[in-house]
Amino acid sequence: MIYRIWALFRKDWMLEMRQQYSFYGVLLYVVSTIFILYLAMEAPDYQTWNALFWITQLFICLNAVAKSFLQESRARMIYFYTISHPVEYMLSKMLYNVLLMFIMTTVSLILYVAFMGDPTEHLGQYAAISYLGGLGLSLVFTMLAAIASKAMQQASLMAILGFPVIIPQLLLLIRLSKVAFAETFRDGVVTQVTLLLLALDAAIIVLSVILFPFLWKD
Amino acid sequence: MKRSWWKILSVVLLVYTVIGGLLLPVPALPQLQETIRNLYFHVCMWFAMMILFTISVIQSIRYLRTLDLRHDIKSGAYASTGVVLGLLGYATGAIWAAYTWADPNSAAYASFGSIVREPKLIGAAMALLIYFAYFVLRSSITDVDKKARVSAVYNVFAYAMLFPSIWIIPRLLPSLHPGQEGNPALNFNDIDARMRLVFYPAVIGWTLLGVWITTLKIRLILLTEKSWLHA
Repeated sequence: MIYRIWALFRKDWMLEMRQQYSFYGVLLYVVSTIFILYLAMEAPDYQTWNALFWITQLFICLNAVAKSFLQESRARMIYFYTISHPVEYMLSKMLYNVLLMFIMTTVSLILYVAFMGDPTEHLGQYAAISYLGGLGLSLVFTMLAAIASKAMQQASLMAILGFPVIIPQLLLLIRLSKVAFAETFRDGVVTQVTLLLLALDAAIIVLSVILFPFLWKD
Repeated sequence: MKRSWWKILSVVLLVYTVIGGLLLPVPALPQLQETIRNLYFHVCMWFAMMILFTISVIQSIRYLRTLDLRHDIKSGAYASTGVVLGLLGYATGAIWAAYTWADPNSAAYASFGSIVREPKLIGAAMALLIYFAYFVLRSSITDVDKKARVSAVYNVFAYAMLFPSIWIIPRLLPSLHPGQEGNPALNFNDIDARMRLVFYPAVIGWTLLGVWITTLKIRLILLTEKSWLHA
């Protein structure tokens, strides 16, 4: 099973390498968003910086992950249907999207620090939290992309479906990332929130594995 | 007559709620005073809403297990009645907040921004947004079977994500709202014994009313869609 997930993952990766427009499309989206933010305001205070960073992450994820199901043509889906198992297919998509989101997180973090300065006390910690956030965001939106790909007006629908679901995670992340600005927390809160986020991620994976086979049958 | 006992029960309980809720004694608390009577209406709306949403999810799961379209229709109908109850919950809450939380020195709407940043309100907003999205999703798919399957999957997924968040958010944000730890009014120490006499019947009464409205709606849909449902 792991081998087949790997094969599907490699298929996605090679497709991306061959037709690079979507990867560079998202990359350009990241760069231009942050550039516009930079032009719109100079040296925001750390609360604004943090809020803007997470909002950017949210929209980057929406754009990066949306492609994963929408780009597959109907004929190709039928082909996958005959050769692979839905759970493997879903897990490979999740793996791929998490990796893509990690790359985008790295890029946007570098650009944020470059354009808008580095208000954090512990940049390494902030980076770790933003990867944790990228993981959660990409998992949720993978499932929602799978749902939205069955409907019309997929791109806007994904935002509608996703935002109410993502609010708690985003709030937790914004709160957690204040650790990196040297805000003091009560003992144990940081590990507690981190574990909570990981537990949420695990719950999303389990739910998607259970629910995706129902979407698969068409 | 035999099968409609719960409808009679609902009417009896609601008559009791309105009369008892307005006339029976309540503790006179500072700030709240007589507005506490709104508990019998406002909190019950949220209870009934959550119960109806839960029924909607159960119907979605049953649809996924059986692929019987009647379950899908039920799921949609329970969700829409739940949304109506949620809106009523906001309306009753807004009236209550206008007399208790709002700054009395300025117009009530001037306090809107500070009142709305409130964990319980955010949780409720999330629940309503999820079900609005659910309706948008339903209306954006034309094929009946596909619509039923996709919306059932979203219903289960979103509901499962909603619950941890309702548990998490109150612990992240400061709140004026009673019932900081968990569910307001369920905790036995939160609520005066005299008020429990009205409150619990009120919850049951409003919930039964919600179910009653929904069953009527389901019957109507089943009748209008009869031509293809049994085909």
